[in-house]
Amino acid sequence: MASIWEYANPRKFITTAEAVLPYVTVLAALCLVTGLIWGFFFTPDDFRQGSTVKIIYLHVPAALMAINAWLMMLVCSLIWVIRRHHVSALAAKAAAPVGLAFTVIALFTGAVWGQPMWGTWWEWDPRLTAFLILFLFYLGYVALWEAVDNPDSAADLTAVLCLVGSVFAVISRYALVFWNQGLHQGATLSLDAEQNIANVFWYPLVTVIGGFVFLFIALVLYRTRTEIHLRRLKALIAQERMA
Amino acid sequence: MTVTDLACARGPAQVLAGVTFSLAPGTALILRGPNGSGKTTLLRTLAGLTPPIAGRIEMAEDAVAYAGHADGIKAQLTVAENLTFWARVFGTGDIGPALAGFDLAALAERRAGDMSAGQRRRLSLARLLVTGRPVWCLDEPTVSLDTANVSRFAAAVTAHLAAGGSAIIATHIDLGLSAAQSLDITPFTAKRLPDTDPFGADFEGAAP
Amino acid sequence: MIAILNRDLALAFRAGGGFGLGLAFFLIFATLVPLGIGPDTGQLSGIAAGTLWLGALLACLLSLDRLFQLDWEDGTLDLIATAPVPLEGVVLMKALAHWLTTGLPLVLLAPVLGILLNLPGAAMPWLLASLAIGTPALSAIGAFGAALTVGLKRGGLLLSLLVLPLYVPTLIFGALAVTRAVTGQDALSPLLYTAGITLGALALLPFAAAAALRVNLR
Repeated sequence: MASIWEYANPRKFITTAEAVLPYVTVLAALCLVTGLIWGFFFTPDDFRQGSTVKIIYLHVPAALMAINAWLMMLVCSLIWVIRRHHVSALAAKAAAPVGLAFTVIALFTGAVWGQPMWGTWWEWDPRLTAFLILFLFYLGYVALWEAVDNPDSAADLTAVLCLVGSVFAVISRYALVFWNQGLHQGATLSLDAEQNIANVFWYPLVTVIGGFVFLFIALVLYRTRTEIHLRRLKALIAQERMA
Repeated sequence: MTVTDLACARGPAQVLAGVTFSLAPGTALILRGPNGSGKTTLLRTLAGLTPPIAGRIEMAEDAVAYAGHADGIKAQLTVAENLTFWARVFGTGDIGPALAGFDLAALAERRAGDMSAGQRRRLSLARLLVTGRPVWCLDEPTVSLDTANVSRFAAAVTAHLAAGGSAIIATHIDLGLSAAQSLDITPFTAKRLPDTDPFGADFEGAAP
Repeated sequence: MIAILNRDLALAFRAGGGFGLGLAFFLIFATLVPLGIGPDTGQLSGIAAGTLWLGALLACLLSLDRLFQLDWEDGTLDLIATAPVPLEGVVLMKALAHWLTTGLPLVLLAPVLGILLNLPGAAMPWLLASLAIGTPALSAIGAFGAALTVGLKRGGLLLSLLVLPLYVPTLIFGALAVTRAVTGQDALSPLLYTAGITLGALALLPFAAAAALRVNLR
């Protein structure tokens, strides 16, 4: 049985990524197109929220992936700190802008949804505010990667920031609930609920969520591959200069 | 102190490889080599600031006193205050011998910011005496020193060696130390990517 | 390690040490807020708690980039790293020195500014307590941010970007304790949460900061 750490070798990672990428990309496109068309055109309007409810098909998956992207960065940072696999650090670096983009999508669609429902584009609701703060964490993380010249030092420093940031992000989340009870509706999805929302909305939503997951995987694989090529290029240039 | 097959890196690039030497108490090692050959990197590695990529450094723990290019002096504090601070950090007591050794007694109450570059350098070298550490790692210690003070510095090193200490000094001038051997580090200079860098030579070879 | 604390305090009080700059900033900030909001005392007393907490937070931030940067530039940090003191302890001492020269004076000045902003008298002890308990966390978190950005050319701006999101929970609980005291609600629980964050930050962040310093020194 081959060890999973084999894929920590950059060359092996690229070959595997290139083998997997076409499938993941097609899956992402399929799920997104099917789920969105299904959700937008073939589901009934909500009896209270009207057709505005359909923004749920973008809002919920984006918000979900915005948090999961950070979790993935946390795991990758831990792997880098503990096992010093360069690919892991680069994957964390590659995931950050993707997570940032998902956060922006979640915030934007939330504002668009909030306007007709709550009569305001923005409300200092704990959940919304938490996403705004998550956005700031992403910004700081990306900026620190950009600011440090030595790539290994940058990986170390951003990993420490990711660990500390995760703890503070969780504390902030609870602080915000304490601070304002909020008017955001309850979680759309939760694992322990008997049935979360009506099946007509549920199936297309799960399809889009799957699409976002595949999209995230595809983007991270593409970007990690690019980061590896970039490191290889830098290494070659350095080699050339030192020879 | 024994150094075996040491490889040092500066940033992502390896600078030195296979550095091997040993240093007995009471002797000094003068590092020679052109600019950029890796003297500073070697000294920082020996001082424990930069982790080595490969090889071993065998010596007692907390043995090194390091003095780099930067003086490490606070301009707002007086000479005596600067030395007292370091004496307390290193847990040693008296700053008197250090002041005397580098002829700083008359300047003891002078603000370090008001001193000349040479005087500041003397102060940063005097700090070596208050550390009480046996192995001195010195990077171009004689910069900005005049002839009289270079010989004063040489005398301080000689006294340190006579007391059973040792020193590794990167310098271009002749200090006239009797118990000194010279080590040209040019043969060890190996500027390339470290073998451990997965984006280096290994990259193509490790295809699946 | 006490030597490091003493030296940092001495440096702060000497000419050019920057002691008092944070205080002056705090004062100016509290003066400018009513100019922007308007002189209505009722409105001011409503926002006084938040304004004072925000002012203290920004004043703290102001002096953070010097925390390790000066020692880094003149080579002192290299020497301290080779000295027989744990780097974690050095971070803690420097954070403590930062608090004594920045946070503590802010706490002492805060009641005066509270009067300027028409903070009700009953909330005054809560303001003092929440700032006294919360500002050490600001120094500890700030020391972590300063350790991450030491040695970067334009570290100051990045430092704010990294540190301010980390300040969120401290700000929320600290300011909430005072706001609740103003409106006569339970102010003790947010105050205790603030204390929890401070203790956690003091206990754990020196390790993260020392790790960052070691990376930056190599």
